[in-house]
Amino acid sequence: MKPFITHTGLVLPFDRVNVDTDQMVPKQFLKALTREGFGRILFYDWRYLAGEKPNPEFILNFPEYKGASLLLTRANFGCGSSREHAPWAIGDYGFRVILAPSYADIFYNNCFKNGILPAILKDSDIDQLFKRAEADRSYTLSVDLPNQSITDNKSLTLTFEIAPSRKEVLLKGLDDIGTSLQHVGAIDAYEKAHAATATMYAPVDVKNYS
Amino acid sequence: MTAKTLYEKIWNNHLVYEEPGKPSLLYIDRHLIHEGTSPQAFSGLRAEGRKVRRPDLTFAVMDHSVPTKDRTLPIIDQDAKAQFDALEKNCKESGVRLFDMNSKNQGIVHIIGPELGITQPGQTIVCGDSHTSTHGAFGTLAFGIGTSEVEHVLATQCLVQGESKTLHILVHGKRPKGVTAKDIILAIIGKIGIGGGTGHVAEYGGQAIRELSMDGRMTVCNMTIEGGARAGMVAPDETTFAYLEGRPFVPRGKEFQDAVERWKLLTTDDGAKFDMTVELQAENIAPQVTWGTNPGVVTGVTDRVPDPGSFANPDDQKATERALHYMGLKAGTPIVDIPVDRVFIGSCTNSRLDDLRAAAHLVAGKHVAKNIKQALIVPGSRGIKAAAEKEGLDRIFSEAGFEWRDAGCSMCIGMNADVLPPHERSASTSNRNFEGRQGRDSRTHLVSPVMAAAAAIAGHFVDVREFAVTEVE
Repeated sequence: MKPFITHTGLVLPFDRVNVDTDQMVPKQFLKALTREGFGRILFYDWRYLAGEKPNPEFILNFPEYKGASLLLTRANFGCGSSREHAPWAIGDYGFRVILAPSYADIFYNNCFKNGILPAILKDSDIDQLFKRAEADRSYTLSVDLPNQSITDNKSLTLTFEIAPSRKEVLLKGLDDIGTSLQHVGAIDAYEKAHAATATMYAPVDVKNYS
Repeated sequence: MTAKTLYEKIWNNHLVYEEPGKPSLLYIDRHLIHEGTSPQAFSGLRAEGRKVRRPDLTFAVMDHSVPTKDRTLPIIDQDAKAQFDALEKNCKESGVRLFDMNSKNQGIVHIIGPELGITQPGQTIVCGDSHTSTHGAFGTLAFGIGTSEVEHVLATQCLVQGESKTLHILVHGKRPKGVTAKDIILAIIGKIGIGGGTGHVAEYGGQAIRELSMDGRMTVCNMTIEGGARAGMVAPDETTFAYLEGRPFVPRGKEFQDAVERWKLLTTDDGAKFDMTVELQAENIAPQVTWGTNPGVVTGVTDRVPDPGSFANPDDQKATERALHYMGLKAGTPIVDIPVDRVFIGSCTNSRLDDLRAAAHLVAGKHVAKNIKQALIVPGSRGIKAAAEKEGLDRIFSEAGFEWRDAGCSMCIGMNADVLPPHERSASTSNRNFEGRQGRDSRTHLVSPVMAAAAAIAGHFVDVREFAVTEVE
């Protein structure tokens, strides 16, 4: 995974609460076999009219937001389905940072597997960013992960929350599985130690059940 | 020793590796996979030359896109077919047990886990599906994960996980007639909001929860995720043990008795502390109906569609306006005046035998209203389907004008042909009423199976308590 250290880019203000992952990637796109190419269908039902004509009223289709890479939004972003297709679509579209006061747990987790920084900011800071971004449609922000800071070019500096272990994953672009496999000895030992109560761990041999 | 919650006990029992200030490595006892969220995980494994560590603890099923009509016909949807083929190939290559769409045990992943006894108290269970919380009804720590985590569990049989906060949800008193497990969980979500449980694992208690059957407890735990908590649990008791005894994957004889003795220890200790507690009185819960586009916007059937202006928070006002527009509803409309186009009784929330029995009891000898375009009954598994047919429920439903289908996720998510058409309104026993969930521009109202059945007969929502209720679960 590509490490995340700093990022500067255009902010897209997406003023909705409780945006669920069904909206990010509707069900008909869950039949894919790969992780690629989901950017085109991000927010599909909101973004496209019949015949895949871009909906001119939907903010992702505003020409001034072409190339936006920071998604500014409201509370409980990413609620609902666990589909990782949602962060795949967000990342593939070109967003590298999400700015919100809170996220749903599974979505939040999934972002870190895909090099996307879901920054948690205070409600009042989010309000302030919305004000600035809505007043200036070319509003850009710089995000500095090591310092957990966000700055604009008008001397605004804000901080955001992230757990140290999460931060490290993004900074180093760590591969979770590779890291966990370093503890294969501990996994072996765990399985051995729990063999005595194996009924809780090993299925009874039921040949007829397939 | 300090008093511990059930969650903390299961957590401690599964710690493989921990380091201060870092998430822990947690052992996973059962990994359930389906066609929708697993193909990329297997591709990832293959690309890195990794193997499935414990195929014996991994169980696969086809459920999300399976047709609920005749399965001897070829699959028309080529994308769905490619996913079925991929799952079959991946399972064959890695030695994972697969319940394919022709297996007599096929069904929705969260239905067959418990039904076959794969789900047992004290386990950790994960699946690339948010409704994995269902399995918590057995005193199991079970939650949904993303596809990258599916790959991680396949490779290591472990998950990197930080400890959650704990949420105690107590439902006191006795559930009134006509008020079901679905109404209890909808009322809870209505109270805490759809983000209310974020960061927490919930444990349910109180008389109304204890008195629920396992089917009812699964309904409650299933929708825990709709309140933001990833997992919901009910401590196992005699109801749990009686349900499990004799199921295919559950140990037999002395081994079962030994397991029960261990399972009995899976309770929250007296004096254990929860980070948050929510309490409800079952007597105050009415049959629930959602009116908007998330499961937290819900009200009693005798209420009216709310006015956006009645909300204090401007975000809620805006969201409500948007939701009413999407749903084609006017503020102030009595819920019972809302007509319904289609009825769906199914999904991992409400498609178990208790649900079907209650709905069948209500519709027996009656017929769906003329304005109802379709009324679907989709059993959660082929096992449930067979059991229901043995009791003659299929005939009751068919005579009442319902379609009796094969098992799968069906119209809950609309990935197969069972889609709710644009601007049509459903009474649905599923778990999500998000925009477009059952079909683009479709309008979903979440209700209990008896409320859905009653709406099918009346053609609009009705208070099931006034609708020939005798022994409704």
